[in-house]
Amino acid sequence: MIDRTLKQLAQALSAKEISSVELARLYLDRIDRIDPRIKAYITVDREKTLAQAAAADARRAAGEAGPLTGIPLAQKDIFCAEGWRTTCGSKMLGNFVCPYDAAVIERFNAAGAVMLGKTNMDEFAMGSSTETSYFGVTRNPWDVGRVPGGSSGGSAAAVAARLAPAATGTDTGGSIRQPAALCNLTGIKPTYGVVSRYGMIAYASSLDQGGPMARTAEDCALLLKVMAGFDARDSTSLERPAEDYARDLEKPLAGLKIGLPKEFFGEGGEGCDAGVMRRIEEALAEYRRLGAQTVEVGLPSMKLAIPAYYVIASAEASSNLARYDGVRYGYRAPEYDDIIDMYMKTRAQGFGEEVKRRILIGTYVLSHGYYDAYYLQAQRIRRLIAGDFAEAFKRCDLIMGPTSPTTAFRIGERVSDPVRMYLSDIYTIAVNLAGLPAMSMPAGFAEGLPVGLQVIGDYFAEAKLLNAAHRYQQATDWHLRRPTIG
Amino acid sequence: MSLTLEQVRRIAELARIEISDAEAESALGHLNRIFFLIEEMQAVDASGVEPMAHAQDLAQRLREDRVTETDRRGAYQAIAPETEAGLYLVPKVIE
Repeated sequence: MIDRTLKQLAQALSAKEISSVELARLYLDRIDRIDPRIKAYITVDREKTLAQAAAADARRAAGEAGPLTGIPLAQKDIFCAEGWRTTCGSKMLGNFVCPYDAAVIERFNAAGAVMLGKTNMDEFAMGSSTETSYFGVTRNPWDVGRVPGGSSGGSAAAVAARLAPAATGTDTGGSIRQPAALCNLTGIKPTYGVVSRYGMIAYASSLDQGGPMARTAEDCALLLKVMAGFDARDSTSLERPAEDYARDLEKPLAGLKIGLPKEFFGEGGEGCDAGVMRRIEEALAEYRRLGAQTVEVGLPSMKLAIPAYYVIASAEASSNLARYDGVRYGYRAPEYDDIIDMYMKTRAQGFGEEVKRRILIGTYVLSHGYYDAYYLQAQRIRRLIAGDFAEAFKRCDLIMGPTSPTTAFRIGERVSDPVRMYLSDIYTIAVNLAGLPAMSMPAGFAEGLPVGLQVIGDYFAEAKLLNAAHRYQQATDWHLRRPTIG
Repeated sequence: MSLTLEQVRRIAELARIEISDAEAESALGHLNRIFFLIEEMQAVDASGVEPMAHAQDLAQRLREDRVTETDRRGAYQAIAPETEAGLYLVPKVIE
């Protein structure tokens, strides 16, 4: 049962092979048994989960079940859920029991999905390893001495270790795709504005986007259909008709033009491990066998993506995180002299090192006299990067390359060197700056560790991305491999 | 460009984060390495390029001016560090 996809679980539920309560129990028992070794979850609440599962069973008995009714899912602890502690991986929100649901949670609740728990993440989604969480490091089920990636590392580890059949993530600079790559999952970051950010705790508002992490492209299509949709409460939510993201899954790939950026392969490719690059080349060969052609494209401004990202993301973070002041909710320092001292001590004690670092960068680049030189310049670079992609998509349908330059790295190896950590997002960050949809999917192993293939599409090309991933998954079985844990 | 220890202290003060001398020293080293990375971007002449805030270049939507929220003061204040009679309490600001 634990190796089944969402689609197969939905069939089992509808055939009464298993009830939703039994399925939830199966996963909760596995979490009890295995999660102490993985630490994928921050919060599990058996009673709440089983009550939701019982309601899903009742709904099915009443003949009102949909495709996700009774399906258990793990939620990244960045999504507010009423009555659940929602920490965002921070001491600042360690005691925060949310009084309302995020749009994504509302949508899953309306679909009858069952929440298994809240998954670990880098503090406020700032990180690429889940090591900055106040609640401890999540371990990669493929090698518990290594990181699961981040920031959605708890979600990735939970699905990889079969502690959930699928999960949600958020992606500001690669936080869905990189952990999906490092844990052998399929994950998609939609076009900016497709999934509502309401109730999704803000990091960098012009880049943050939620999306699903699962084992197959088909499951991602199913989840994205529920997650996506206009929401007036998110000022950047896009008003578009509802889409069936699974509509093109089976479409043959004959004639598909795949762009290969020379910055990922040629001169910029030297930063990529040879073992990773071999798997990517093999995946591309598989696509050629499936009828696709490859063409070289250029993304000349790519090298500026990391600096532009760290200016924009830090600036927006410093502004978004100003709300944590110890007044209305969250942590407040136990001792202080006056109100300024209360703010200073609350924030010094409530935030971790990486979060403080980004607030400081952001505060500096937005401070008087520096705004044009940093933030505006970064926004100009952002347009150059979006322009590069627009040019490339005149010559190809999709762009492919590695998701991450390395496989999962060792716990502790990079946490003390922020610049080196930032470089692990070198292939993913430009996509967020441009606001494009992109995914990562399993493409084999290098020295026993998963390698992810990144697929980038033009705006609103989610169905095309999922089609390309699905056809590849029909021809390969990398996505079916599971780690030997429990 | 290189930041000074004094600048780091000033930024931390603006950000309302108390910072010890040791933390300021450590932050200085990290920030300077990050700004070294950022300088690469500043060297590019992008003077004619329109800054991009959002991929879709959306206009802000307007909505009708009517009450849409319900009163949930009790639920929101239940999670506050300190409240009294429906008010959030902070240390005295005006003597």
